[in-house]
Amino acid sequence: MTVANAPELVADVAGTPGSRRRPVARRRGLVRYLGLAPFAFYVLLFLAVPTLIALGTGFRDADGAFTLDNVAALADPVILGTFASSFWVSAFTAIVGAVVGALVCYAMLGLKADGAIRSFVDSASSVLAQFGGVMLAFAFIATIGIQGLVTIILRDTFGLDIYANGVWFYQVPGLLLPYIYFQVPLMVIVFMPALQGLKMQWAEASATLGGTPFTYWSRIAGPVLAPSFFGCLLLLFGNAFSSYATAAALISQGAQIVPLQIRAALISETVLGRSNMAGALALGMIVVMVVVMSAYSLLQSRTARWQQ
Amino acid sequence: MTSGAARIGAEPRRGVRLTILLVVGLVFAIPIIAMIEFTFRAGLGGGYTLDHWTALLDPEQNRKYRQLFTAVGNSGVLAVVTVGIVLFILLPTMILVQLQFPRLRRTLEFICIIPITVPAIVLVVGLAPVYAVVVRIFGGSVWTLAFAYGITVLPYAYRAIQTNIAAVDMTTLSEAARSLGASWLNVLWRVLLPNLRRGILAASLISVAVVLGEYTIASLLNRSNLQTALVQVSRSDPYVAVIFTLLALGFVFVLLLLIGRIGSTRPGRKAS
Repeated sequence: MTVANAPELVADVAGTPGSRRRPVARRRGLVRYLGLAPFAFYVLLFLAVPTLIALGTGFRDADGAFTLDNVAALADPVILGTFASSFWVSAFTAIVGAVVGALVCYAMLGLKADGAIRSFVDSASSVLAQFGGVMLAFAFIATIGIQGLVTIILRDTFGLDIYANGVWFYQVPGLLLPYIYFQVPLMVIVFMPALQGLKMQWAEASATLGGTPFTYWSRIAGPVLAPSFFGCLLLLFGNAFSSYATAAALISQGAQIVPLQIRAALISETVLGRSNMAGALALGMIVVMVVVMSAYSLLQSRTARWQQ
Repeated sequence: MTSGAARIGAEPRRGVRLTILLVVGLVFAIPIIAMIEFTFRAGLGGGYTLDHWTALLDPEQNRKYRQLFTAVGNSGVLAVVTVGIVLFILLPTMILVQLQFPRLRRTLEFICIIPITVPAIVLVVGLAPVYAVVVRIFGGSVWTLAFAYGITVLPYAYRAIQTNIAAVDMTTLSEAARSLGASWLNVLWRVLLPNLRRGILAASLISVAVVLGEYTIASLLNRSNLQTALVQVSRSDPYVAVIFTLLALGFVFVLLLLIGRIGSTRPGRKAS
């Protein structure tokens, strides 16, 4: 602690006399760091400790002794299967969400940010992307559930029974539509700033030099937006991968994706006949999330070069 | 070819814009319409009724929905305590780091973004033992859950406040006030907070929205909040669950519309 603070103190002494901030800081010395204590303490207790416990339990057996059994069990075909399901659900909904979301962003280009359409779309996007969870499951039960509005209309009016080959709605495929329903709005929220960062002058320069709109989008805007687009795609993937509420409300039995597998492990205490499997699954999820989010922030920093 | 921005191609043509927005808008309206239609259904036999809506106001039926109303109250309490955590723990830290520890800005940002990488479903695995201790100290009341929610809302609240901080030259403001002889408390209360109120309000509202929508942590720690109660009620009375869903979605939509209004008011408008 003291060693880490030493350069700070030296800098204070060397600080220019003209600065009003420095003398105060010097007077308080180490005490001023106390101001950071509540936040540090809070984050330590409710973010760092839970995360470490979650990861740590993966390495403990029922008696608390160190073991690699649980982590090794991640390679079990059952667990690998749920990871695979999670992967393809996340990847599919991320790709659809990113493409449709980008189209919506494109459609809103040139609209005033505080205009009626933008305000409506922004708020609706936030509701669906950050608030939906359980409630989106209800929405889709009312839409394409067995008695859902769309199900009934398709059956009675068009003679099309979407459940002719069995009810897939309460299985993994049933997650796709609800997930897309919150992925598209998230894409709108995170991708819109990048699109707005495009400068009108680039389009004008391209047009002046004889470029068509196609040239502009394929040779200028496209390459500039590409890192941001793929970054947002990764963010969407992570969002779907870590999403729990919608799936939990929809699928009450079974553990078809990783978050539901964690639920099963937490409630029954045994998955594959092992205790503390939840910790190992959490470790697996964190590894995926860290990779995805690191790639995301890498791509985001590339995007930042073009902004401002 | 027409003249103007459309030909340059930086912006979509009117027709393209309308087509995309209408098609996507309609598709996204279907589940909402389906929910509204569902709440008027008389039952499996067909036909429509207002009964499910009127039942909510019927005192006779109140007992049935008491659990749900209690849960709404719980979520309200959680929202208030979580906003308290944002205002009394996160906000002072952000101001302090901005003014006194510029070198820690990146660290603070990194910490505040971590909850995106550590999803709630992972956090809850480690929260169970932590809450065993919390319950021993504070008791098992619902509000303690807000400690976990304060972490969940961290990325959103941080972004809302940071946007505001970046738009205001806090160092100059506080130095000016200090050189005029204002005490630190005065600087904070009469100079900094008024300049940050937009970000503070936005952070509070987004925190309320996130807390009202939270399900993962509450359900796996066996607490009751709005979302867990909705799932419970939906098993016996799906109509009421859907009615409350519509009301909640509407309420939060208005809340977020307010954030939009706050955000769009240009900084520097206020004379001080």
